[in-house]
Amino acid sequence: MDFSSPEFRVKVGLAEMLKGGVIMDVTNAEQARIAEDAGAAAVMALERVPADIRAQGGVARMAAIDKIEEIMGAVSIPVMAKCRIGHAAEARVLEALGVDFIDESEVLTPADEENHVWKHAFTVPFVCGCRNLGEALRRIAEGAAMIRTKGEAGSGNIVEAVRHLRAVRREMRRLGTLEPEELVPAAKELQAPLELVQYVASHGRLPVPNFAAGGVATPADAALCMMLGAESVFVGSGIFKSQDPAQRARAIVRAVTHWHDPKEVLEASRGLEAAMPGLDVGALSPEEMLSRRGW
Amino acid sequence: MRIGVLALQGDYAAHRQALGERGIATCEVRTAADLAGLGGIVLPGGESTTMMSFLRGTPLAAALVRSIQAGMPVLATCAGVILLAREVRNPPQDSLALLDVVVERNAYGRQRESTVVPLQVEDAAALGSSTLEGVFIRAPRIVAHAPTVTVLARRGADPVLVRQGQILAATFHPELSANSPVVDRFLSLCGGAP
Repeated sequence: MDFSSPEFRVKVGLAEMLKGGVIMDVTNAEQARIAEDAGAAAVMALERVPADIRAQGGVARMAAIDKIEEIMGAVSIPVMAKCRIGHAAEARVLEALGVDFIDESEVLTPADEENHVWKHAFTVPFVCGCRNLGEALRRIAEGAAMIRTKGEAGSGNIVEAVRHLRAVRREMRRLGTLEPEELVPAAKELQAPLELVQYVASHGRLPVPNFAAGGVATPADAALCMMLGAESVFVGSGIFKSQDPAQRARAIVRAVTHWHDPKEVLEASRGLEAAMPGLDVGALSPEEMLSRRGW
Repeated sequence: MRIGVLALQGDYAAHRQALGERGIATCEVRTAADLAGLGGIVLPGGESTTMMSFLRGTPLAAALVRSIQAGMPVLATCAGVILLAREVRNPPQDSLALLDVVVERNAYGRQRESTVVPLQVEDAAALGSSTLEGVFIRAPRIVAHAPTVTVLARRGADPVLVRQGQILAATFHPELSANSPVVDRFLSLCGGAP
């Protein structure tokens, strides 16, 4: 894996530019402008937010092209869009359209139950989800320029994001304690390339930025993700399924920038109306858990 | 000497790493109080709209303008140049208006136009190097500048590295290149090694 190639450097470079920011799901130009005005670092163009995908069921696919174009035309910040896991043709369409980042996302219905897209073959950067370090390193091996630890999208419940952020951090810390020869069985156990396992062991971090996603509904949820080592936060249904999208969007942006200062997070949390309704993730069956998609 | 890196949003971690590799102590700047005692300030890349939402009408912006007007050395990269520009186009937006340039946002296109290219150094003695790599990510373009602004490097006809007084401004990302002379030049403005 050549992390020093110019192609990979500009992909990871854009991910670096998004650090310390909030990436917001939007479904039309008006929402995109609300997000940009609130200080979003990027928007994710979608047809339905995850909470609606979950409620309505059926097959969730790449968003309509007109919808994505409408959003690209409405804002000056980067625009991301989602393709189905393993759907290289959707990814090629999004690349041809000129979106700034592709999210190969478990929120959409997977197109391939064994393989993800070979992302090195694209000029557009990809972000992929993970539940643990092995999954993160497999996605990076395939060419992902950004990782987001998965929460349970559309749930309004932060518990899965916390579980997976902690899992990745714990596994990275453990690698740092191992002898060189012990990294070989560790790579076998993680089902990840030795070269990437060695990188994490020596650097104490992933070779690409690590953001958090899924279940963020409040400024404090976003601050918690940052406390647990996320470098930015994706917010899906949490903004436009709340009672006060513009104010909540601003509040979450403020909480991410100032996550280390409880007084700022307090001020950000003040005066908000009702958050999105939440789901008890424990009551979901394994088939209903979007975060389990991805191999 | 300690260098502050504006950490409202963007690639402040990459700047801290580039300075750290040169043995320079850094800190993150999010409030006016964080500016005290700094030998210089970095305005990083990222989203200028996000950063302006934290600066507009705030004590931090007032303190930043005061410090820079009083001669604090500045390294501005990409979005940082947009924050400093006298005028911003595509779309028009407000700024700190401390650098006499006009910039056009996203002027080279979207991410698919992001690239790494060799640049033409205009003044090798002033930069301390005759070669320079430019990492451009959704970069702005300097479309006009005052005579008091010196062009140190170009991409084609476009000025991409300029200096005005104690301000060094790059529309690309020297912090994402190994051993960029731009970072070293900034440190010499700050009066520190190398």
